[in-house]
Amino acid sequence: MSAADEVEVVTEGQAVEAVPKRAMTLGAGTSLTVLVLLLVIPLFVKNFIIFQMTMLLIYGLAVLALNILTGGSGQFSLGQSAFYAIGAYTSAILMEHFNLNYALTLPVAGLLCFVAGFLFGQPALRLSGVYLALATFALATAMPQLLKLGYFEHWTGGVQGLVVTKPDAPEYLESALKALHLNISQDMWVYYFTLVITVAIYVWSVNLLRSRSGRALMAIRDNEIAASSMGVNVALYKTLAFGVSAGITGVAGGLGAIAVQFVAPDSYTITFAISLFLGMVVGGVGWLPGSFVGAAFIIFVPNISESISKGLSGAVFGVLLFLVIFLVPHGARQVAIAGQQLAGRFRR
Amino acid sequence: MELFTNQILAGISTGAIYACMALAVVMIYQAIDHLNFAQGEMAMFSTFISWQLMQWGVPYWWAFILTIAFSFLAGIAIERALFKPLAKAPILTQVAGFIALFSIINSCAGLIWDFTIKQYPTPFGSAPFLGSQLISTHQAGMIGVTFLLLVGLYVFFQYTRMGLAMRAAAALPESARLVGINTSWMIALGWGMAAAIGSIAGILIAPVVFLEPNMMGGVLIYGFAAAVLGGLTSPLGAVVGGFLVGIMENLAGTYIPGVGNELKLPIALALIITVLVVKPAGLFGRPIIKRV
Repeated sequence: MSAADEVEVVTEGQAVEAVPKRAMTLGAGTSLTVLVLLLVIPLFVKNFIIFQMTMLLIYGLAVLALNILTGGSGQFSLGQSAFYAIGAYTSAILMEHFNLNYALTLPVAGLLCFVAGFLFGQPALRLSGVYLALATFALATAMPQLLKLGYFEHWTGGVQGLVVTKPDAPEYLESALKALHLNISQDMWVYYFTLVITVAIYVWSVNLLRSRSGRALMAIRDNEIAASSMGVNVALYKTLAFGVSAGITGVAGGLGAIAVQFVAPDSYTITFAISLFLGMVVGGVGWLPGSFVGAAFIIFVPNISESISKGLSGAVFGVLLFLVIFLVPHGARQVAIAGQQLAGRFRR
Repeated sequence: MELFTNQILAGISTGAIYACMALAVVMIYQAIDHLNFAQGEMAMFSTFISWQLMQWGVPYWWAFILTIAFSFLAGIAIERALFKPLAKAPILTQVAGFIALFSIINSCAGLIWDFTIKQYPTPFGSAPFLGSQLISTHQAGMIGVTFLLLVGLYVFFQYTRMGLAMRAAAALPESARLVGINTSWMIALGWGMAAAIGSIAGILIAPVVFLEPNMMGGVLIYGFAAAVLGGLTSPLGAVVGGFLVGIMENLAGTYIPGVGNELKLPIALALIITVLVVKPAGLFGRPIIKRV
């Protein structure tokens, strides 16, 4: 065989579909309605539901981070659970060993994960598609084992993990609400705290994708070679996307540690990374609001299938997942677009 | 030195398991251009079928053949029923489909055959092979079958019209359709063959790792790693990759201090990634050149 036979000439299809940047977000009216609902609902429901809503926001953030990476820059990661674990452990260790205020641990967690993600992005530059999936997969499988290592046990608590104290609402807020005859439970405080951070990160991410950097990322996603010939520094933006994604995941991890009050190596296995991935697909790849729909799917659907059949919960989950991807292969985004078109038709 | 050769031998014997699985992985990759995450579970289910047949008194080799036939048909059925409708969906959605299939098969097998660990017979016996304690006759038999499969696949792909048609359908679907190849059925055939090879792998692996619904979890990961290391386009690469991964894993466990059983997998994966960073298409893979 000559050298020429060895080479296949392939016009490469895109791994991730192109999503125009305006289609990545919700309109102002819808966003405000959702925000008001998120603010008001906790006042009327039980603490357990508030806790679940907190987890929904946290997982939503983690899915959002993956969405920025995959939907934004076209890179794929199964290693998000590792960054989530780094964030969670950073927060937990700073709170328990250094008595740092819980709110202050989050920027540290985010920054540390940003650096970790940026560094991991360097070798990942050489890889794409399944190879990148395998590399990130390795990261995800290694992380729980690394956390269990005897060497770090003093800090991480080894297999047992660490228990984190749940924060109270600040005293001035509590006394102010007392004057109005209102009580704020710990769960409620953690929820509102999480909500503020989630909204801030969400708005920041939307703006990021609308900015020059966001356009650069999307150019890379759609055609790397064309992007580089337009003057986009491909290597820099790809690694930055990894860093930003890891940083947001880290903040989510820190919030997760505060909300669950417990970190242990086995909470952050590859299974978690896979459910984040499922969340992204169900929400719609590249559609940021969908991240929270996807998060709802990965939190509630396993519970629903458990309640339908204990023995076959896995099968029920699989069937439900199949139903979703058969009906809406593009995830919640497709539903939103269909809804918009329907509304448009009524207006006419 | 003796420790070193022993570890290599042990590596080869575990590597045979990975090589088997990696062959199935490459097979499906050739046909559909993705990694099928449910591959291990499909193989596990097939193995359970053969076990059930043997429980009903079917002799080993008959059960073996019946299981392969069943898996082949089941593979085609799964493709026709579940993945053909998804052919136009985005790739990531299809991957989600694989995960759903994984979950369904695993859960059903658990319900039908429960999660207790079962013994699985071997036709090769388990005496030491050529006087070595590290490789049993079963493992030697397994290596033999893997190589037979490899040769069979090579002949199929290189010298039969069907093999040529399958390669064409995978490489350039548009052009293949123009010369009259039914590419849609080629994909189904690929699923069938991958399922059949997976069932052989499962039957060979079961006596070593024992039969239970989660038996394939670890093996599939190593199988993927081996296939990627060897190059996803090359069956020979997959087999060589399988043995290399087995050897690397054993050597890392022996010589790198502080590496227990727990860290074997991450270290093996890290080594593989190091190789991939240097050679992104895998050891035996063809580099794909993009036209802009």
